[in-house]
Amino acid sequence: MTEPQAANPHHEYEKVLSGSSTQVASFDTHERSVLQKCQHFLHSSPAAVPLIVLIMSIAIFGMLLGTKFFSAFTLTLILQQVAIVGIVGAAQTLVILTAGIDLSVGAIMVLSSVVMGQFTFRYGLPPTVAILCGFAVGAFCGWINGQLVARMKLPPFIVTLGMWQIVLASNFLYSANETIRSQDIAQQAPILQFFGSNIRIGGAVFTYGVIVMVLLVALLWYVLNRTAWGRHVYAVGDDPEAAELAGVNVKRMLVSVYTLSGLICALAGWALIGRIGSVSPTAGQFANIESITAVVIGGISLFGGRGSILGMIFGALIVGVFSLGLRLIGTDPQWTYLLIGVLIIAAVAIDQWIRKVSG
Amino acid sequence: MVQEPILTARGLVKRYGRVTALDNADFDLYPGEILAVIGDNGAGKSSMIKAISGAVTPDDGEIRLEGQLIQFRSPIEARKAGIETVYQNLALSPALSIADNIFLGRELRKPGIMGKWFRKLDRTAMERFARDKLSELGLMTIQNINQAVETLSGGQRQGVAVARAAAFGSKVIILDEPTAALGVKESRRVLELILDVRRRGIPIVLISHNMPHVFEVADRIHVHRLGRRLCVINPKDYSMSDAVAFMTGAKAPAEPVAA
Repeated sequence: MTEPQAANPHHEYEKVLSGSSTQVASFDTHERSVLQKCQHFLHSSPAAVPLIVLIMSIAIFGMLLGTKFFSAFTLTLILQQVAIVGIVGAAQTLVILTAGIDLSVGAIMVLSSVVMGQFTFRYGLPPTVAILCGFAVGAFCGWINGQLVARMKLPPFIVTLGMWQIVLASNFLYSANETIRSQDIAQQAPILQFFGSNIRIGGAVFTYGVIVMVLLVALLWYVLNRTAWGRHVYAVGDDPEAAELAGVNVKRMLVSVYTLSGLICALAGWALIGRIGSVSPTAGQFANIESITAVVIGGISLFGGRGSILGMIFGALIVGVFSLGLRLIGTDPQWTYLLIGVLIIAAVAIDQWIRKVSG
Repeated sequence: MVQEPILTARGLVKRYGRVTALDNADFDLYPGEILAVIGDNGAGKSSMIKAISGAVTPDDGEIRLEGQLIQFRSPIEARKAGIETVYQNLALSPALSIADNIFLGRELRKPGIMGKWFRKLDRTAMERFARDKLSELGLMTIQNINQAVETLSGGQRQGVAVARAAAFGSKVIILDEPTAALGVKESRRVLELILDVRRRGIPIVLISHNMPHVFEVADRIHVHRLGRRLCVINPKDYSMSDAVAFMTGAKAPAEPVAA
């Protein structure tokens, strides 16, 4: 074997290359315009846009409403109102990062809360056991979603659309449309209302539901960014075939994501009992749409593989700030929906623009 | 050559329904060489490479790596055995960083409790390793190893994929059309990279349609035709038009199989 003379051009048409620039494969350092720099920054920190929007909206409502809005009580009230959406949104974030969607999150949440309540009151199980059963039901529903998506290769939209109906119907059939009253729970099984308890610091009120939401998002942020499993969630959402070839077990990954999503929904179900006091099979009807809204406004791409779970929580808070702020101003609540609609479309438009950075 | 081949295949057969993609195909790769595999479309060269890299299981025949009989059920098994394949689509995750991509599927965890109980990744070690490997291959002056792969050019991505294949003590690297999507300058850079990898003693199987590139870097050329090995030629003894004539059937090679 002869030593190769790599750097020399070998072919007639390549002769001209010897006079050309040799800097082929170095990173570009050419001057970028302010707009491009901005695009690059947003590309590398996907939660920045929703954070800026959140701070701006708090500032604007604070200016309009003064201390009525800008008080510890009001601001923590917003946190309490978004706690459930935030927890369900965490589950939704995981699924959407794998380029899926979970329409059944709200239904799984309600079914889990009904199981927790009914197992305690109908069968007389200790409340802690009933809560564990609720978690098991949530995880099982998620596991079925995962199996259908990963093994049967069915589109997540269809699978979870079906599961939404199935789980919701099971919930009504099983509970016989019966609500367990708040007083009964408080008397016999106060642990079901655990997440409704709160800590007061001055005017600020933090329910345990708010605290668990913050802890959950912090934990998932760590898992998504600092563990191999988390990196694999992004890789699978980005390009499942590439991930498979690179050595990621894509099927097992998808099943684990959907199962974890179901488990988190069960946690949301428990927190829901704390929030509304009672166990109601008709509660949380809009949790699936609200969670998708939070994820989209939070700058997480519906095409998978891009975004930060912190964005989701900012997205949920933006919706919370708008709802409460506009209510305090005294406008028609329809204005809230209109503005949220605008935000959703703007968020997706920004996502598309940021993606062009690779071009 | 008197050396023992590092990777051999004998009598590989693969049928897809009524189509026989591989018809008793043989294959030999010697240590430290660049073996180019050429063949017309449909000659079965990609089926053969897939059989070797574990992407398909042949119906018949045997594959030996360093004399050991091997049977792969997935590309991951082949990779564990030391056969790394750089696919045409590169199998990179565009939104992940260079370091994340190099370690995808074989991440390093922090030592001690943080790694064992909290499964925390050792980012510093992974980034250092990735940067070392890339600069070892003279690949690029990395400014930011945490840059997303999608912000790189085609040649840089190819470089990351090749670096990943070469980084983990692999025995054989298979490159599928590495220059097909690249411009003239970037192709040149990738060819240098291929020669660089060979200099480190790792044998390479190069699948390419680009005759000038094949004749430039290959030590031997395996010509595939109608599902089997037609001949192996030395690029110094034959011209490009001979090779094209062999692989299209316009001309029959003088000696049957030289290997």
